[in-house]
Amino acid sequence: MCLVIKCRKIVGGLGFGQCLVTRQPINFLTMLDPETGIFHDLEHELHGRSLKSKVLVFPKAIGSSVGAYVLYSLKNKGLAPTAVICTSLIDIITASACAISEIPAVDMKGQRFESKSIIRQGTQVLVDADSCHIEIIKKH
Amino acid sequence: MQLTREEEKGLKGDYGQALAAAYRILVSIGEATEAERLTSIKWAHLSGVNYNTIGDGGAIFLEKFSEDARAKVKTTINPMGFDRTQPNKLSQNFITKQMSIVNSYKRLGVVPSFSCIPYELFSVPRGSTVSFAESNAAIFSNSMLDLLTNKESALSALASSVTGKAPYSDLRKNEQRRAKLSITPSFSPKTELDWGLLGYFAGKINNDSCINFDNIPQPDLRGAKSLSAALGTSGSCGMFTINHGEETKAITYEPKDASAVKDELSNSEDGDVIVLGSPQLGMNELSYLTDLLEGRRFQKPCMIFCSRAVHNRASHIGVPDKLAKAGCTFICDSCSCLTPLISKEETDSVITNSIKAAYYLNHSNKVAVCLKDLKAIIKDYS
Repeated sequence: MCLVIKCRKIVGGLGFGQCLVTRQPINFLTMLDPETGIFHDLEHELHGRSLKSKVLVFPKAIGSSVGAYVLYSLKNKGLAPTAVICTSLIDIITASACAISEIPAVDMKGQRFESKSIIRQGTQVLVDADSCHIEIIKKH
Repeated sequence: MQLTREEEKGLKGDYGQALAAAYRILVSIGEATEAERLTSIKWAHLSGVNYNTIGDGGAIFLEKFSEDARAKVKTTINPMGFDRTQPNKLSQNFITKQMSIVNSYKRLGVVPSFSCIPYELFSVPRGSTVSFAESNAAIFSNSMLDLLTNKESALSALASSVTGKAPYSDLRKNEQRRAKLSITPSFSPKTELDWGLLGYFAGKINNDSCINFDNIPQPDLRGAKSLSAALGTSGSCGMFTINHGEETKAITYEPKDASAVKDELSNSEDGDVIVLGSPQLGMNELSYLTDLLEGRRFQKPCMIFCSRAVHNRASHIGVPDKLAKAGCTFICDSCSCLTPLISKEETDSVITNSIKAAYYLNHSNKVAVCLKDLKAIIKDYS
């Protein structure tokens, strides 16, 4: 049983929390309510879920690059995720969003699918971006 | 990614929090785009000026950021949400927030250009590395003016402005400025709308940073602007080449493909208002429009979006007066994309020759659009 997964550092820092996992890309500008941090897009599988204190695990952001400001706004209101894991190669919207909001961010570039599949909905993880690893604390 | 000692100090916060944030943006994007280092730039053009696009989060970020960061290289900025010199029905909240954003940019020390066509307003240092957000400007500059930029985001261009640096990756590297995919039209685009339809089609199917068009003539200025804006609207592509199809995979483009794009974006037979701009009109287009409207008058209101600098220049030769007599109204410092000046409460549908305007008016402003080329608009409505 592998309890530590390797990852690539994009924005440094430590983040701990339950994983909020989706395979669908996210448009921060149109899919999230900037006042509450809750997904209000009816089509998205995370509809009704909140980002607050979660480790967001998703493939990439899509849409306008100013979506980065939505995450910044949530961070100021205490509603942001504690860390972000991109399941493939991180995109520039997510990278810049985490950079200005000081949210630790990593991606899984070059990692095998099996190690990624350990991270499921509700899994508790510690993302240590500076050490390039994710520790599985508690499986859901 | 390798940083110089100076860059490391900036990242650590030795030069203040704003510069540390700027370096964090550059490094994170550098990692994301697999840059091995940063490179110097000569000019930054920033998007993220309109309150409708960046919202409260953007306004607050810029207010804080501009407290201790300053533009280090020439920096121009995109249009804002409205024209301060004209009466409007906008909410006080919109105006207050918009002016807060404008003041933050002024504090940073930018040129208050409020234009999405910086390449038509300022002298161009050909062959230089720059950092342009605003997709039409990035694509036009890479493809027509021999500038080297990636298709930047509002934040990456801002970070480049205050550091004078950008990730050395993608279209900043000569070897990346070659297309892998070519589109070969079976007919030559003639009007600016034809070029736009082709651009929108190309942006949708191409996943690379560069695309080639084969077997077509070089576009003129109006055609190239329309092509650049449409290409930037539908995809992530940041550059096109013309007739450099060696070693590319080819896809044909037929009249039915153009019709399919038009059917997707044009969802009204007619409109209440004619909208010209996105990109903003330059001197060339204003003169062309004045010639076409000689002795005619629009039967519907016509809104022309342009920069104040172009309007002032055009005033010297009497162009705005002539166009006003032909039924046109000028809106300066603003553009048709995401402007609060065109709303579904007041306007059911607009007529435009711009693919980019059509897309955003449809998707963001929820206003129906009738797409026609400029000559057809003049023929049908004047």
